[in-house]
Amino acid sequence: MNFEWLGRQSDNIVFLLGWHVLLAVIPLILGLLIALPLGWWAHRSRRIYPLLVGVAGLLYTVPSLALFVLLPLVLGTKILDPLNIVAALTIYTVALLVRVVADALESVPEDTVQAAKAMGYRGYQSLLKVELPVGVPVISAGLRVAAVSNVSLVSVAALLGIPQLGSLFTQGFQLRFFTPIIAGIVLCVVLAMILDGLIILLNRWLTPWTPKVVAS
Amino acid sequence: MIKFENVTKAYPDGTVAVDGLNLEAPTGKLTILVGPSGCGKTTSLRMINRLIEPTSGTIYLDDQPTSGMDAALLRRRIGYVIQHAGLFPHKTIVDNVATMPVLLGESRQKARIKALELIERVGLPASFAKRYPWQLSGGQQQRVGVARALASDPAFMLMDEPFSAVDPVVRGQLQDEFLRLQREIGKTIIMVTHDIDEALKLGDQVAVMRVGGKLAQMASPSELLTSPADEFVADFVGRDRGYRSLGFTKTAGAVAIGEEAVIQLGASADEARAKASGAWVLVVDGSRKPLGWAQPELVRGEVTREHLNLSGIPAVVSGTMRQLLDAALSSPSRRGVVVDENGELIGTVTATDVVKAIEAEPHLETAR
Repeated sequence: MNFEWLGRQSDNIVFLLGWHVLLAVIPLILGLLIALPLGWWAHRSRRIYPLLVGVAGLLYTVPSLALFVLLPLVLGTKILDPLNIVAALTIYTVALLVRVVADALESVPEDTVQAAKAMGYRGYQSLLKVELPVGVPVISAGLRVAAVSNVSLVSVAALLGIPQLGSLFTQGFQLRFFTPIIAGIVLCVVLAMILDGLIILLNRWLTPWTPKVVAS
Repeated sequence: MIKFENVTKAYPDGTVAVDGLNLEAPTGKLTILVGPSGCGKTTSLRMINRLIEPTSGTIYLDDQPTSGMDAALLRRRIGYVIQHAGLFPHKTIVDNVATMPVLLGESRQKARIKALELIERVGLPASFAKRYPWQLSGGQQQRVGVARALASDPAFMLMDEPFSAVDPVVRGQLQDEFLRLQREIGKTIIMVTHDIDEALKLGDQVAVMRVGGKLAQMASPSELLTSPADEFVADFVGRDRGYRSLGFTKTAGAVAIGEEAVIQLGASADEARAKASGAWVLVVDGSRKPLGWAQPELVRGEVTREHLNLSGIPAVVSGTMRQLLDAALSSPSRRGVVVDENGELIGTVTATDVVKAIEAEPHLETAR
């Protein structure tokens, strides 16, 4: 471990870290926003559910590097445009979360949904004020998986030369110098843990009503 | 008033859940729909607030047909209680109760104040207001369910097996409290149950439905017991209906109540023996409230709580023949303990006394 090198490179590392955060978090938010209506649609219709969940599963199996290379052709962007990464990771996030949102809505007790309807909630009111809030724990569990997955997928973009923590890996391999590689791995893990922790906190803040489980 | 006029619900596969139902639930009364599973009672109930749409026929709320109304607005006029309460798990108890007023446009603050009153009215401490549903027992949740249905002070209430998911002791309590509440508020209520005892206990009138969604008989509970319309109703009401109809016959001084010698805890074995009639002696507390029966021959030294047999159920003097007879039959001495409204001893009766009174007046006035 060459700490002197780390000290000299700290500005660059912070710059890479900043990009890494942006490239992981923006798709996470966009993906959730897109997955919400799609998940609702899948939940509403028995015929749509297997179709949407099936397509989502297929999308997730497309290798990330292939998607990074193919997307510029579809979107008409340049190969080095970070937008490609955002688009690709948004697709992965949606693929993960469509099923999660549908299952979250499915997890709401039938009695609760019926009560909301019988008390005069209109369809959208029931969805926004009852079903989604009650489904938050399931959605945040899925969101945690997507967040960690995004942090690790972003680093693949290094192969295209888009700056983020993955660039430390390529740099280290080219120079046969392990310090940047170790720094990159540590920062990726820490970033994943921080995002995970933030989602846990957000979930706790949104669901003061869940039974407090005593850790065993 | 809620009125069914020729209401039929048929499903595309040909099943007929409700078949040409005509029924009127009068204003301020509790009407009960009862019948075996598959008789269409729940379907009928859910057609009133249009959770299910009828295939044909019309349902009226106070002479207005419900079919032309906006379904959500219609539902906001009707309180609704379901089996497992169906509380919103993400809302506190007070906000659960305040749901309907807020939907109707009342301010959250005002709705919460009213909700707090209702929480206490259904027998829960105000300290429960800030709890969440999972922190309450099934019986407590059901009380919240009733409070929530009453929150917007609706003229109509629909109750779908409201007390069937709780244990028998709690069920009895909830039923008694609900009867008391209904006597104060006088809502127009339709309640569904599969439990004929519950129907007879709570209903002002009871509609018995048979499989296939047809009305078999609509009558008051005592009429249902004494003159069932056909074999199905007779069968459904049950084989011991003669005994149960006594539950609608007030004792009203018809039974001679005998005096009973009593002892208190701490009495000597000799005193117990002297006061006993037969093998048993009644033990009371300082204010003449019965504690239980003791057998003097088992007492060494003085009478303590360990000597008490608690199997007898005291009957209140203003109660029914059924309670009086049950007091006699459940007592180890075969003498039923009779108390006044404050629980203080009046005397005892034997089953023979009660039966004599029944035979002497075959047409005792019914309780309702």
